[in-house]
Amino acid sequence: MARKFIEKIVTANDLLQGDVIYFTKDNIWSRNHQDAIIAHTIEQANELLEKAEQQQDRIVGAYLSDVFLDEAQIASPLHFREIFRARGPSNYFHGKQTNI
Amino acid sequence: MYQYNQFDKHFVANRAKQFRSQVMRRLDGSLSEEEFRPLRLMNGLYLQLHAYMLRVAIPYGSLNSKQMHQLAYIANKYDKDYAHFTTRQNIQYNWPKLKDVPDILDDLAKVDMHAIQTSGNCIRNVTSDHFAGASIDEIADPRPSAELLRQYSTDHPQFQFLPRKFKIAISGSPNDRAVIKSHDIGLLMKYDESGNLGYEIYIGGGLGRSPFVGKLLKGFLPKADLLPYIEGIMVVYNLNGRRDNKYKARIKILVHENGIEKIKQEVEENFLIQKQNFKQPSDKLISAINERFKLPDFKQANIDNYKIELKQNAQFSNFIKNNISEHKNKDYSIISVSLKNIGETPGDATSKQMQILANLAKQYSHDELRISHEQNIILPHVHKSDLPKVFKELQKANLATNNIGLISDIIACPGMDYCSLATARSIPIAKQIAKHFNELNLEEEIGQLKLKISGCINACGHHHVGHIGILGLEKQGKESYQITLGGEENLSMNIGKRAGPGFSSDELLPAIKRLIEAYLSLRQNPDESFLASYKRLGEKPFINALYPKEEKANVA
Ligand code: HEM
Ligand code: SF4
Repeated sequence: MARKFIEKIVTANDLLQGDVIYFTKDNIWSRNHQDAIIAHTIEQANELLEKAEQQQDRIVGAYLSDVFLDEAQIASPLHFREIFRARGPSNYFHGKQTNI
Repeated sequence: MYQYNQFDKHFVANRAKQFRSQVMRRLDGSLSEEEFRPLRLMNGLYLQLHAYMLRVAIPYGSLNSKQMHQLAYIANKYDKDYAHFTTRQNIQYNWPKLKDVPDILDDLAKVDMHAIQTSGNCIRNVTSDHFAGASIDEIADPRPSAELLRQYSTDHPQFQFLPRKFKIAISGSPNDRAVIKSHDIGLLMKYDESGNLGYEIYIGGGLGRSPFVGKLLKGFLPKADLLPYIEGIMVVYNLNGRRDNKYKARIKILVHENGIEKIKQEVEENFLIQKQNFKQPSDKLISAINERFKLPDFKQANIDNYKIELKQNAQFSNFIKNNISEHKNKDYSIISVSLKNIGETPGDATSKQMQILANLAKQYSHDELRISHEQNIILPHVHKSDLPKVFKELQKANLATNNIGLISDIIACPGMDYCSLATARSIPIAKQIAKHFNELNLEEEIGQLKLKISGCINACGHHHVGHIGILGLEKQGKESYQITLGGEENLSMNIGKRAGPGFSSDELLPAIKRLIEAYLSLRQNPDESFLASYKRLGEKPFINALYPKEEKANVA
């Protein structure tokens, strides 16, 4: 039996600032995890990644990241590394958490 | 203090200029990330989890007050007003913006500093004893040799594309404080029977994924032969090092796979070839280097005020007990300033703290500062009559934590709070452990103990050589921490042994508590350190303390 597909988003780091960004439905990048466009199939995921990777003058190192959807279909990162990336370091109040 | 020569100035300025144009070309799209990445890494610029990170070299960990002021200025102007000092005697900025990096490199060049060879498959920043030139147990100052190696290896065409990075450490004291046996090449200065100065040479040490203790390559090499001998080693490595597999490319694997005898023979052959036509540095250059590492003009002054303060001020005398080491000059002391303030990030200093340390160095330490591989800052030459004043200033700046060598003087790598290679966090673990034992006021009672934490198998936090080592891994989607025991980092270097299955982040502190409680109850007397007890008793009682339930299960 095929494993259930885990929803994915595309994330990268911003070329200029170096901070974490997420690919959105409008083909632009957001600093907010919630803005990310969600891939529901592997085909969608690969297509999104390919599109994202075309913006090399804006980003560094795009990749797919697993998410889970709550009842309102809002995506949160699954892996703890991605949770930290979406939040910032735990030793100082720096990075993304300052804008949340 | 060594001054960069014209060559360096020119080279560093040129590199900064080049990098500025490379950044422009990356930003306007004419360089792809694949093309740009090696160029930025050559200049010490990494991309981490939340931002870029710039690693700046502090050659053999020595710097003057002007340089420290500039590092503070950069932290304030381009970063978040702090910086991180690393186990490789470098400094890292965690939040620079790509567009600012060329300006930062220019600002560094103004004080003869740079980020060159802090990354890539070249000979990296040569590390050395942080008490070099000051310690009473020193045979010879290792820094002139380190500087000679730096000049020789910087931009050396043959050494830019080695199979893998290459790290050299040098100690001028038999009480090795530079962990020389964990480096690709470790040099120990010594005299032979006839009183000639030279080096004992170790090869193939390393931590990381496959840790090795460096093996003895040569019992004695006369001082003048250093460069041709190193070149002999590099030729053997360059030709035979495994380029097919990144994980097998370090010289430690070459030594391991071929055996030390074969390597010895090949190095010896190549050394003799190199020696024939080797273009030795001129006497003028050598004496210019030596001149710059001359001992400062030590002052003479009465130290009665120091003796009185010792009797009257308990905080002061506690600080002296833990943070002072013996100086060559009996009226002087070496101060280790702990960057392990309880509950804070190991190795971090604010711009303000860096400025204060720079001022103290200028006024009281003959303008010298050192960075230790244990992520602390050293004031190497402080006259005893000045110690009470310096202590007061340190106290005001929150820099007088008197825990050098104790359980809360933890080495920790940045781990998953910053590093993109990490498998788990290390900083919160370090903070938690330090805080716990500090609150119970147990640090002094526990005594000398080296606890070291890495956030992944690369072992930047030296966990393999911690008396207690902690390695952060991922297990079933959660952070998990493996404990190693009995590691040691001086000339009797030893790789710690894995104690058993890992602990979750919640289970880790209780496990460390059990381990320490076991030690306190098992030791023969309060003078027997954790490591000494471990060596005397073996691992069994300590492992039983870490895994009590399993012991019961076995009995049942
Ligand atoms: C955050 C960026 C960093 C990256 C990407 C990084 C990467 C690595 C890698 C890949 C290795 C393994 C090399 C090998 O075994 O071939 C390594 C080893 C090492 N790194 Fe780092 N590291 C980083 C930060 C640090 C920091 C902050 C320190 C000091 C606190 C440090 C000190 C060391 C040391 C001492 C070793 C082990 C010695 C050796 O065998 O070379 N690194 N690092
Ligand atoms: S040990 Fe791993 S997590 Fe820690 S700094 Fe090195 S590469 Fe990063």
